[in-house]
Amino acid sequence: MNTATIASMEHSMFTLSGTTLAATGAQTVNAALLVSALLFAIGLVGFLSRRNMIIMFLCTELMFQASALALIAFGKVHHDLSGQVFVIFILTVAAAEAALALGLVVLLYRRRETLDSEAWSELRETA
Amino acid sequence: MLELASISNLANLTPAVIGEAASAAIPAAVPSPEFAWAGLILLLPAISAVLCGVCAAMGVKNKLPGAITAVALLAAFATTLSLFLKMPQDAPRVIHLFDWVAFAWTGQGATWTSFLAPFSLYVDSLTLLWMLFVTGLGSLIAIYATEYMEADVGKGYARFFGSVSVFLFAMGSLVMGGNLILLYLGWEGVGLASYLLIGYFYSKPSAVAAAKKAFIMNRIGDLGLALGVFLIWMNYGTVEYDALFKALAAGGEGATSEWSKAAIPYCLMLGAFGKSAQIPLFVWLPDAMEGPTPVSALIHAATMVTAGIYLIARTFPLFALEPHALTVVAIVGCATALVAATIGMAQYDIKRVMAYSTVSQLGYMFLGLGVGTTFGAVYHVFTHAFFKALLFLCCGAIMHGMAGQLDLRKMSGLRNVKGFGVISWTFLIGCLCLAGFPFTAGFFSKDSIIAQAFASGNPTFTLLGWIALFTAFLTAYYTFRVWFRVCGGPTKYEPGDEMHGHGDDHGAHDHGAHDHGGHGHGGHGHGGHGHGGHGAHEWHPHGPRLAINGVLLLICAGAILAAVPSYLGEMQHQPNWVETMVSHSSAAGGIPSHDHAGGDHAAHHALSFTGIADVHAATSVVASAAGILGILVAVFFHLINRGAADRLRAALLSNGLTRWLPLALENKWKVDEIYHVVFRLPAWVLGHVLHAVDKQIIDGVVVNGTARLPAELGRLFQPLYNGALQGYAATMAGGIALIAAWVFWIWMQGG
Repeated sequence: MNTATIASMEHSMFTLSGTTLAATGAQTVNAALLVSALLFAIGLVGFLSRRNMIIMFLCTELMFQASALALIAFGKVHHDLSGQVFVIFILTVAAAEAALALGLVVLLYRRRETLDSEAWSELRETA
Repeated sequence: MLELASISNLANLTPAVIGEAASAAIPAAVPSPEFAWAGLILLLPAISAVLCGVCAAMGVKNKLPGAITAVALLAAFATTLSLFLKMPQDAPRVIHLFDWVAFAWTGQGATWTSFLAPFSLYVDSLTLLWMLFVTGLGSLIAIYATEYMEADVGKGYARFFGSVSVFLFAMGSLVMGGNLILLYLGWEGVGLASYLLIGYFYSKPSAVAAAKKAFIMNRIGDLGLALGVFLIWMNYGTVEYDALFKALAAGGEGATSEWSKAAIPYCLMLGAFGKSAQIPLFVWLPDAMEGPTPVSALIHAATMVTAGIYLIARTFPLFALEPHALTVVAIVGCATALVAATIGMAQYDIKRVMAYSTVSQLGYMFLGLGVGTTFGAVYHVFTHAFFKALLFLCCGAIMHGMAGQLDLRKMSGLRNVKGFGVISWTFLIGCLCLAGFPFTAGFFSKDSIIAQAFASGNPTFTLLGWIALFTAFLTAYYTFRVWFRVCGGPTKYEPGDEMHGHGDDHGAHDHGAHDHGGHGHGGHGHGGHGHGGHGAHEWHPHGPRLAINGVLLLICAGAILAAVPSYLGEMQHQPNWVETMVSHSSAAGGIPSHDHAGGDHAAHHALSFTGIADVHAATSVVASAAGILGILVAVFFHLINRGAADRLRAALLSNGLTRWLPLALENKWKVDEIYHVVFRLPAWVLGHVLHAVDKQIIDGVVVNGTARLPAELGRLFQPLYNGALQGYAATMAGGIALIAAWVFWIWMQGG
């Protein structure tokens, strides 16, 4: 997906919406939101379809960054820097969380000698 | 023959006198607080019941409860006797003891309605007559029972005498109560006492079944009585006898409707038929013989079962108001007399024969009430109380001495057994009375009933009179069948099943054979050989001692003397003592006097063929002939030629046409079986259907179904909780997607 394609998509969206926003700004925001949605969708599909716990963890990170991107985009729409400030916080938290989650995965691996999440399916209703 | 006719004339009402008494209204009651001590007649048995209860609680191991009861009942008898002697009997006396039930409320139009049932006694000559034999026989039988029940000393002894005391209290309240509510209290009380005493041997299933049967059958009758009392209150606004008779004399003011007035005697009748064991409610009385024999004698022969006759005699004016009520009473009574007599002919258990005989004689009493001779009915109650109590006590004494033997095929010639002399000869007197042998008490009382049936001139009653005469023949036959089999003939006997196992014959094993439970008690003074529990070889029958023999002789004297009023009345050419007593009470109220012209309009009556103009004399002759014929038949079949009875039975059985007869008689016309199919089976089926509906529909669908619903819903979603991480994640994502779609849809609608 090259920039030209994205630009043309943004252009077409802009022409359809017909708002009073400045053309360049609106194009950027729309592109950012689209990227965010795509990232989130990829992450969700990955999370639902893969069983390797590290891949699943990476997928959650993808969805995480997608939401961060959406925050930045909305911050631009509203001319508010809070969105970017939040993202800085989120990055920090994400770093800590990544360390914790990887640690957990390592621990889980040591218990069962496998990364398959199906090995950890005791948490259920038994009929 | 002429002499016979003239003497028997005295057995019967002098018609003019009865007519005179009937035309006079029932006198208003006189409040008599000075006779308040008459309350002792009720109080003494009540105290005795409480003391017996205390004895039972303290586990008294001697004959104290029996002594307490005997003394209390004798004192009650003495009180009754002094009341009888001191109270003027010109008018009924009302003795107010204390207020009991008293309600008053305002109805429509601010009129006051009240329901008053004070604890008061209504004492007239009918009450006194009844209480004399109730307390008299009650105390004698209590004395008899002190010896008879001695095997149970320390076990059921106190319970037995406590129940007897309760019975006497209830019977007193039934007879002496001044209103129908007190009568109802007594009515239920005697039912309770009867239930307790029939079920005295409660470890025996047949006794428990008999007790329940008696109680339930009586409930059916009691329903009728309760409805009758309610209808009386509704129509006449009172349940007190005195006010009721006044209201009746005034023409029943305030009556609500005709049908409810007409229903009163039929409701009361149902109660009377239940308590007095008439068709259709008679089947409980023979089974009630499961109780100890003194109870059979006291409750189920002499006193309680006559409560129905008392009820109708007391409320006779109500029956006289309704044209068909008395005819129904007469027909039911006569049918019961015949059916029970036929069953009694074919039973082998002597106590059971006497039970059916009681049912049959009660039928005679109802016949007497129905044809309008309350005197005949009450006189028969009076004489029957003595001779039937005597017969039962003799059966009990035989049973006591023969280890529970009651089968008349297994005993013979007891008159020659040492110690059984008193029993045999008093038994004979009782049998003569029951058979209506000329110049015995039973003869006079029974004839006065049958004669009235013929004298009334009503064709229905005449037919009933013929049936009653035939029944008199049957009565004489079955009575002497028992006496000749048991006391006549060669001496031969075997002990009952209290000695060795259970009897194997169908006729005898379901009766109260364990009656006195005489196992190995040592109080009989038999010099060395213990009777009971020591094996058949050592067994000897033991005759009764003083208490039983003495009571037998006293009651025998009573049975003979019961005829005296008739002789005295004849000699003085005036109504006899019992007749005077009855005619001065409410039992004489409402009797249409023209019915009593019978003796005078000589020429045509059903018995004219005898050539005797007076219907009463003619009846006496014919009834004596019927009785003596019955005795002669019994002599032939059961004394001279015992084999003939068996051959006759075999001949009847072998012939296809007559085969049903002995089978029907021996099987009691299969009434129990018919009731089982007609009433019990449908009720049983209905019960099980309702039970199934309750279990399946109410419990199964409604209650448990509601409880199962959340569980089933939960089970529907349960597969979502499969433990797979992706599963949970997919569910969550799906949920979010659904919410998002919903929000989007709302947004589209709004936009």
